[in-house]
Amino acid sequence: MNLYFVIIIGSIFVNNFVLSQFLGICPFLGVSKKTNTALGMGFAVIFVMSIASVFTWLVNTYVLVKLGLEYMQTIAFILIIAALVQSVEIVIKKFSPSLYSALGVYLPLITTNCAVLGVALLNIEKSYDLIQSFLNGVFAGVGFTLAIVLLAGIRERIVPKNVPESFRGFPITLIAAAILSMAFSAFSGMFGIA
Amino acid sequence: MKSKRLNTLTNGVVKSNPTFRLVLGTCPTLAVTTQALNGLAMGAAVTFVLLCSNVMISLLKKLIPDRVRIPAYVVIIATFVTVVQMVMRKWMSPLYEALGVFLPLIVVNCIILARAEAFASCNPVLDSALDGLGMGFGFTLSLTFIGMVREFLGSGSFFGIPVGSLGNVSMSIFIMPAGGFLVYGTLMALVNYLTRLAEERKIRMGSHHEKGEKEAKQ
Repeated sequence: MNLYFVIIIGSIFVNNFVLSQFLGICPFLGVSKKTNTALGMGFAVIFVMSIASVFTWLVNTYVLVKLGLEYMQTIAFILIIAALVQSVEIVIKKFSPSLYSALGVYLPLITTNCAVLGVALLNIEKSYDLIQSFLNGVFAGVGFTLAIVLLAGIRERIVPKNVPESFRGFPITLIAAAILSMAFSAFSGMFGIA
Repeated sequence: MKSKRLNTLTNGVVKSNPTFRLVLGTCPTLAVTTQALNGLAMGAAVTFVLLCSNVMISLLKKLIPDRVRIPAYVVIIATFVTVVQMVMRKWMSPLYEALGVFLPLIVVNCIILARAEAFASCNPVLDSALDGLGMGFGFTLSLTFIGMVREFLGSGSFFGIPVGSLGNVSMSIFIMPAGGFLVYGTLMALVNYLTRLAEERKIRMGSHHEKGEKEAKQ
């Protein structure tokens, strides 16, 4: 029980995927102009990350390790994620058009989101079991959503301000992310999680 | 023809520098640049994968059906990344440990897929190779530079060699995650400023002073 708690708090705050592990920076900078779109992207990432964690863990444990093909991990995982994203897209398009209209545009972008492949690889590296991998996937996604929504909120307030010309666009966003990351670094060591 | 080839090569280094101009592949840019050497190693690994995948995709562009091209590209890229992983684990294990999860994550580095889709899939082999080399070199240069700044300010050393007693007064914020965002943002603003300065000068002095503009950019 305690270990699950450590994984949950650890992946949302202490080892926040975006702000302290630098995973998923591209969508973090690219899709954070508005809070609404940021939230949509966040939910899509939570969704894909949790399913991807489970599938990659199963394939790794029951196929790759059994056959001694661990060196194929990178290739296998990226293919699983790509196939998964594609099938999720088809399924929700068919069964839930409203969910599709909310998440649809973000799904293709997620294949190349390094946070998804990152969480799959880190689950194996930290030798988590199936439930721990699933929790890590879900709450790493929650951490991503928290970070991207916070940044979107900040960016909405920055845009109308008189920013020096050289800093407009990406540079000021990166500075804002730096301050956000500084705030998150205060979580390090919380509950003894390194 | 020759100058066009040269343009292809230098395009990625200055005009469309992947790190500062296109803002692609930001994850490794921020994550591994706590030391200049790690930045250099990451850059070299990406350059190798970029060169090989560009050549391979350019060779196979007629064979790959249009509808499955993205999965096909990803498999080609992942194959070369696996090769790099195996080589580094065997012969450069300290670097392998330092780059950690970001080595397999080269697969999803957007620079590589972007160049495959935008350049290699519609250009001849030699041009694609030059484009891959140029882009990779621009990426390596940027990462090494960011790494140098962060390492110098954060741990008071230069490529792992301590500079005087600077290590005692160094600001460790620069090797922490926040410092990565800060240095990257500030350097990007500096590049924007220099580019604008160069453009203004170009307008003032007429267009035949392109050489000066290039110097100002660097």
